[in-house]
Amino acid sequence: MASLVGSRVERKEDKKLLTGRGKYTADVTFAHQTYAYFVRSPHARAQIKNVDTSKAEKASGVVAVLTGKDIVNDKIGGLIAGWRIKSEDGSDMKVPAHPPLASDSVNYVGDHVAVVIAESLDEARNAAELVKVDYKILKAVVKTDKAMNSENIYKDIPKNLCFDWLLGDRAKTQEAFDKADKIIKIDLINNRLIPNAMEPRAANADYNPSTEEITLYTTSQNPHLARIIISAFNGVAPENKLRVIAPDVGGGFGSKIYPYAEEVVCSWASKKIERPVKWVGDRTESFLSDCHGRDHVTHAELAVKNDGTFLGFKNETIANLGAYASVFGTVTPTYLFGPCATGVYKMPAAYSNVKAVFTNTAPVDAYRGAGRPEATYTIETLVEKAARELGMDPAEIRMKNFPTEFPFQQTLVHSVDSGDYNAGLKKAMEVGDYKGFAERKKESESKGKLRGVGFCSYFEACGIAPSAVVMSLGCGIGLWESAEVRFNPTGNVTVFTGSHSHGQGHDTTFAQIAADRLGVPIENIEISHGDTDKGPFGYGTYGSRSLTVGGTAIVKACDKIVAKGKKVAAKMLEVNESDVEFKDGEFIVAKSNQKKTIGEVAFACYLPGTYGEVKSPLPEGEEPGLKETSFFDPGNFSFPAGSHICEVEVDPDTGNTEVVKYTAVDDFGTIINPLIVEGQVHGGLAQGIGQALYENCHYDDTGQLVTASYMDYTMPRADNFPEFNLGFTCTPATSNPLGTKGCGEAGAIAAPPAVMNAVMNAVGTEVSMPATAEKVWKACQKMNKSNSKAA
Amino acid sequence: MKKVNLEVNGKKVSKEVADHTVLSVFLREVLNLTGTHVGCDTSQCGACVVHVDGKSIKSCTALAADLDGSKVTTIEGLVTNGKMHPMQEAFKKQHGLQCGFCTPGMVMSAIDLLNHKKNPTDKEIRDWLEGNICRCTGYQNIVAAVKEAASKM
Repeated sequence: MASLVGSRVERKEDKKLLTGRGKYTADVTFAHQTYAYFVRSPHARAQIKNVDTSKAEKASGVVAVLTGKDIVNDKIGGLIAGWRIKSEDGSDMKVPAHPPLASDSVNYVGDHVAVVIAESLDEARNAAELVKVDYKILKAVVKTDKAMNSENIYKDIPKNLCFDWLLGDRAKTQEAFDKADKIIKIDLINNRLIPNAMEPRAANADYNPSTEEITLYTTSQNPHLARIIISAFNGVAPENKLRVIAPDVGGGFGSKIYPYAEEVVCSWASKKIERPVKWVGDRTESFLSDCHGRDHVTHAELAVKNDGTFLGFKNETIANLGAYASVFGTVTPTYLFGPCATGVYKMPAAYSNVKAVFTNTAPVDAYRGAGRPEATYTIETLVEKAARELGMDPAEIRMKNFPTEFPFQQTLVHSVDSGDYNAGLKKAMEVGDYKGFAERKKESESKGKLRGVGFCSYFEACGIAPSAVVMSLGCGIGLWESAEVRFNPTGNVTVFTGSHSHGQGHDTTFAQIAADRLGVPIENIEISHGDTDKGPFGYGTYGSRSLTVGGTAIVKACDKIVAKGKKVAAKMLEVNESDVEFKDGEFIVAKSNQKKTIGEVAFACYLPGTYGEVKSPLPEGEEPGLKETSFFDPGNFSFPAGSHICEVEVDPDTGNTEVVKYTAVDDFGTIINPLIVEGQVHGGLAQGIGQALYENCHYDDTGQLVTASYMDYTMPRADNFPEFNLGFTCTPATSNPLGTKGCGEAGAIAAPPAVMNAVMNAVGTEVSMPATAEKVWKACQKMNKSNSKAA
Repeated sequence: MKKVNLEVNGKKVSKEVADHTVLSVFLREVLNLTGTHVGCDTSQCGACVVHVDGKSIKSCTALAADLDGSKVTTIEGLVTNGKMHPMQEAFKKQHGLQCGFCTPGMVMSAIDLLNHKKNPTDKEIRDWLEGNICRCTGYQNIVAAVKEAASKM
């Protein structure tokens, strides 16, 4: 039987999605459905003096109007920060309360004040206009770098500082800097982004008063986490009375990892009114209230010798958390950021210091890459600057500092199990025809265009993560993953995974793994996920963890099936278990033609008897049935790495910048489905290039979100990209039996510095992200002036 | 309220609609054709593209009450005798979709492109699809799918 691992298998999930037969949360409507519309704060910061709901309550079709007071009265708990970070001085982080509906104060435009529930959406929306909120408007704190010197938003959080965190050794780093020939310095802004999964968030909660059970449909990357938070922290219903279903989900990119106020409110409200409550966010609500990404202000320094050897690295960053500490908001700019900031290099000494601040903006949380894009942008623009200042080739300076022996103990945290960074960079230069760049630059010049080339070599830590390690660092949950492999009596298989697919293709990749492992045709295998009533508890999909952690759980559960199958087959064939081998779905007795298929064994496990005689195929003490569960806790993160090379063309007359050539060579270890992996890279690149050239979340000085629609926030479109050139190298991971490394975030991590280094190479001066036509044009003008002065 | 008579996916439909009901809402809420998706409120994302009298439109930009007598085709109407349309087949083969949310609009828009132009270049495909936003695929495999479909249609 040909192995499916490594094959370009077309996706099993596609047909339903292509024919309009997918089922997304907004598609679910219950009998006696009601519709929710949220009253949101129009102010970035204000005290709530009074909320008058009397007119709204009397409006046509209104079933209920609920406010923060009802939340307090019903003792519904607040939204949580999932990761506890300590400051350098040992003190605990400071976080404000985050009620699902505000009762005393609102802290960003879009903050939730009340919910109107009506017979139709139109009626709910119209009645929401009648809710009268009396605000005392306060001065908003908006800018990341000014937050610590502004008025305190919360009275018990001085300087708006959540924590002042340090990783690494300041004194040792200073010693390294004292020995340097040259110190390269850089000041960066990692622009704030809005994730923009194409499916807006939605929730539909249905409470059944007779069973006291709530069924919550929600747009979640992680239904099990939603259930435990809404139960244990918000206190809406006990876990056994709350079923969370994340059906087809239209993308997440981090923004749908955790439950938001809307899910909590819909679930609680459904219980109160004893009817189903449906909320479907519109796009502007997504812009206002989905968690945003990035938003760092960084000063970094690299100490180098004249020959390009790196000696040390300093990173001083202010990270904007927004108005509240979201679930992964505090870990994203710390443990997901700091360790990777030294890049893919040998770096004898380093530290990362991060000050996380509150502002009157939407909460900031994980967005594709979460911390690692910020880290990679910092080090890779710094390294490119070092190459320029030392007069070295950007590839040469990188290769000089790559580790070559593995496992590689990286400076700040990680022990990287495998990699070959030289091979990756060399292959990228080959695939991207780096040699031909000078010729292409001339060609561009003949058209009046400036052409630039930029590099990025990255590694990242994903496949999160060993539970004991992350919990020791403040994580409030474990990060193992579960799988249940269930043979049905007729020999086909259902595999339950605790991870969740919202575009990643689990139904196919996981089925490929199980098909190979069990020798069952892939069409006889279904993957089930996204329903807390089906399959065991799990931790969902984010941090490029599904395959390395969740896929491994499937492997382990399959291995348990085979182990039991061997015992049963031996009994059926009346031989010793040690004489039975398993291959391609058959239990074979060595050197004989005796065998049982795994389907026959499954059938026997479920129907353990024989007509006419009392005889069981099951060995003494063996239970009937064929179903195994595995909970896999990884021993390490996974460490994908690669080198990307970008070429841009700049029109100096307009500043318009176009990516004209993009080469990505990545090492994801063993690849299960190249078709899917390439798609993941393409998507990541589009988001990374989007950050570099197009996307920017902008709040004005009063905290109004200026970019709150697709008219104002530039989403990358089909005509913004060239065809990407992809290549792969492979050093299998040693931390999981499949040898796989995460691939979902790589593109978004590597692309911003590759693009921005190319822009800088083209125009000859630094430009900040996004490199819009206006900024690039100004940079060109500045260079023209300084060049004509020099002449 | 106004009564409208339409042909949707080959079936005659007669319904009373409120004056402000846009076609996307009519399809989803009144006819339960939830394959047409709504991804924005400014007619930018293109997830809701359907065909009206053979031409692609963003169904959030048309009032149902204005379409009396029109023929509407949605993503659900592309399958004939259980067989997917060549464009749907090509999206599957080329991995032109991931989360699937923008896909119905993307497919409907791409079919209209091929109605206009039999063998479009990469650039023509990218320009045509400028009104359809996809956050997952980086568009590369969508372009490949449209080219594949062009060779089959």
